[in-house]
Amino acid sequence: MIQEAKTSAKRMAELAATEPTAPARLDNVSRRGLLGGAGALVLALSLRGPARADETQTAEQKAHKFGADGMPHGWRDDPRIFIAIAPDGTVTVTNHRSEMGQGVRTSVALTVADELEADWPRVKIAQAWGDETRFGNQDTDGSRSLRHFFQHFRHAGAAARQMLVQAAAKQWGVPASEVTAENHTLTHAKSGRRLGYGDVAAAAAELPVPTDVTLKDPKNFRYIGTGKIGLIDNRDITTGRAVYGADTKLDGMLCAVVARPPVYGGTVKAYDDSQAKTVAGVVKIFKIDGGAIPSEFMPLGGVAVVAKNTWAALKARDALKITWDDGPNAGYDTDAFRKELEAAARKPGKVVRAQGDVDGAMAKAKTKVTAEYFVPHLVQAPMEPPAAIARVKDGACEVWASTQGPQAANDRLMKALNLPADKVRVNVTLLGGGFGRKSKPDYVVEAALCSRAVGGAPVKLTWTREDDIHNGYFHTISVEHLEAGLDDRGMPVAWLHRSAAPTIGSIFAPDPKHELPFELGMGLVNTPFALPNVRMENPEAAAHVRIGWFRSVSNIPHAFAIQSFVAELAHAAGRDPKEYLLALIGPDRKIDPAEIGDVWNYGEDPKRYPIDTGRLRGVIETAAKGAGWGRQLPKGRGLGVAGHYSFVTYTAVAAEVEVDDKGQVKVQAIDIAVDCGPQVNPERIRSQMEGAVVMGMGLALTSEITFKGGRAQQNNFDGYEIIRIDAAPKIVRVHLVPTGAYDGPLGGVGEPGVPPVAPAIANAVFAATGRRVRQLPIRDQLSA
Amino acid sequence: MIKLTVNGAARSFDGDPDMPLLWYLRDELGLTGTKFGCGVSLCGACTIHLGGAAARACITPVSAAEGQEVVTIEGLSPDGNHPVQAAWRDLNVAQCGYCQCGQIMQAAALLKDTPKPTDQDIDDTMSGNICRCGTYPRIRAAIHQAAGQTPASKGERL
Repeated sequence: MIQEAKTSAKRMAELAATEPTAPARLDNVSRRGLLGGAGALVLALSLRGPARADETQTAEQKAHKFGADGMPHGWRDDPRIFIAIAPDGTVTVTNHRSEMGQGVRTSVALTVADELEADWPRVKIAQAWGDETRFGNQDTDGSRSLRHFFQHFRHAGAAARQMLVQAAAKQWGVPASEVTAENHTLTHAKSGRRLGYGDVAAAAAELPVPTDVTLKDPKNFRYIGTGKIGLIDNRDITTGRAVYGADTKLDGMLCAVVARPPVYGGTVKAYDDSQAKTVAGVVKIFKIDGGAIPSEFMPLGGVAVVAKNTWAALKARDALKITWDDGPNAGYDTDAFRKELEAAARKPGKVVRAQGDVDGAMAKAKTKVTAEYFVPHLVQAPMEPPAAIARVKDGACEVWASTQGPQAANDRLMKALNLPADKVRVNVTLLGGGFGRKSKPDYVVEAALCSRAVGGAPVKLTWTREDDIHNGYFHTISVEHLEAGLDDRGMPVAWLHRSAAPTIGSIFAPDPKHELPFELGMGLVNTPFALPNVRMENPEAAAHVRIGWFRSVSNIPHAFAIQSFVAELAHAAGRDPKEYLLALIGPDRKIDPAEIGDVWNYGEDPKRYPIDTGRLRGVIETAAKGAGWGRQLPKGRGLGVAGHYSFVTYTAVAAEVEVDDKGQVKVQAIDIAVDCGPQVNPERIRSQMEGAVVMGMGLALTSEITFKGGRAQQNNFDGYEIIRIDAAPKIVRVHLVPTGAYDGPLGGVGEPGVPPVAPAIANAVFAATGRRVRQLPIRDQLSA
Repeated sequence: MIKLTVNGAARSFDGDPDMPLLWYLRDELGLTGTKFGCGVSLCGACTIHLGGAAARACITPVSAAEGQEVVTIEGLSPDGNHPVQAAWRDLNVAQCGYCQCGQIMQAAALLKDTPKPTDQDIDDTMSGNICRCGTYPRIRAAIHQAAGQTPASKGERL
């Protein structure tokens, strides 16, 4: 036993020597610390790296590229990658997904711990670096982490448990079937013998990983589904020890900021740094190339200032005199562009879904209703602006970054620095919010270019809030044009929807000027209404800024338009909006998304993930019931409801608002219902819904980015207004429908709460005032 | 040479006296619990205590702290168990956590001045602290709990 532990420790020490440099500090647990400790680390890190997904997947998995199988580098479930058990029994789970507030570190750890039968206080979490060949896909976006990895983490935990059981059985010379693993203890009941996990971890590490893994019966779950586990980073967060993108401490670290072109596609024509250089502490001022459209995830270019502290860098940047060539987007004006979008949306466009005879049915309809909805550009504005630290030295690059896409960052660093994969290492810190912004690693590359320019000293790159707002990857800008022909019962017999919005595709390739399948599939073509005649069109729309993912993405404009329009139709029909919405959804049924024009379905198998209208109905009824739908309200108050399917999850919101005599909207209460299938960590599902309510309120009520002369007109949180505590509703009731079976398909959680919030509020405003809001944000529209 | 006290330790600084305390704390002292969020006192992520009162480190020059006591989140409580910190953990307030140091410092200052705050007191005092994750309902609940106005939940980590 002792000999085995020693051997193992020696092996780990050898491994550690060949590992790329570990991060200086990764929150609770330093991997370096674990690797270096005497006899430490027993299960983790096999000598041979895991096979790539395409080598390990079965023929069936290869045939169906859905879910995690369809993502770059797929998934892994080898316990040796994700689980380490130290001789003292401490279990360290390695999480390869980025933590940005959704709680993934806690949820991954509790999932592994449950199947492992680990005692929660003895479980720690470590963060993986960017290496998808090793860990499987790491793009933390699309509300996918648990959806794609829950079952694999269960398998990893269960496999490790079986290895511990076998090791104990071997040591005792008894059949493995007579040994049980429970709460960090291995027991042979017949002889009354017991061992701790740490006692046999070294021996277990020498055993082959079992291929026949038995998962726990969910009724025996200790942590999964209980909602009783606190955040694993709680203490670090509340004491200031948590490490975010700008918090890693390195010797000799310099600080940088970059002056970027104010217009997308602009370039530096000339710059004068004679004054800037005189600022005490300035080390280097240099030009970063860039400006090519599409810019993808690469830097925009500009002039970088590296200094001994951030304050000096900021002062020197202010003193730069830069002449910009604004390039082709110098004339971008969102007021004018909105008119372009409206004009496009009033003419036929590319057909993206068609059923029946819309024109014929429209002509025969008793009543026709037409409405247009507008949603402006938004910017994610995580509280931590983009931030990264980089060290480019001796032909290698190491970064410490707040990133949702560590592999994406790794790839762009390789490209920008012309380095091979084994010379780049992306360490992932906690993210101070992401919301899609940090899926794009332009800032990580900037940090590396700064370090290279100063000869290899580590450089901490700060984006100011103004940088974040001026040079963002903006949520698209959209006009949604809807027409419906109603029969004599007031139900639609014809439905026409034109959605005009610049596409995210424009950052990757010459502007396709049409929404891509994943954008159309976010609540446009997959609208699951029982309609005989439907046509959806996507007119051309050109991009003039970097368009990027913003939490829940195209679901925002689509849900706002459709759920508002349904309430407008209900009003035209003289019917209750909730009953009308349910009637439109129609009888409970499961729809193959491909049959209604959605070939994407969030990357999920349409057989496992059909659109289930019964579940959509269920959340609408739950939210409405929670809000006391139908009750009498005082003057100036109203209830509105909206339901939406996104990220293979069903959500609905019932909002109660008050509109005062000055036209100011106060959200009094929100009921939000969610059906995401199996619930891994109900506590974090609740918190995600609470947060989505506030973010949805912000885009409904206050937030907007406008452009003039190609330049964003907002600078900071004065112009770009975010909901503050005084505007947040005092009552937010989250309703979780009963959990689905744990072997069933999981839905997303991070994003689906957002889309129904704005239309529910707009519908409540109508109920309160009789005034229909068709453009966001509402702001002071009702004061006139 | 500017002399001040940071978390009980005497410090002196001979750099640019206009440098905001934020960058002094973060870049010079390595006290990274104080966060940059906006740089112009609009978000509260950098909230510290200066002379016992909540202040925004991003717009407070080091020179303004001459001879004063600065307390950051790292110094709020020796064991990290200030009632506000404990309530924050008990209710799992944080999502990404980035703004929470500032929220906690602001809430601690609120409770010092107003031990039993009303919802209106909370609105008035906490509205300068933005949380993009939208944890406001739990922030409100945690402040009431730290003030002893509501019992601790049973939700503490197993």
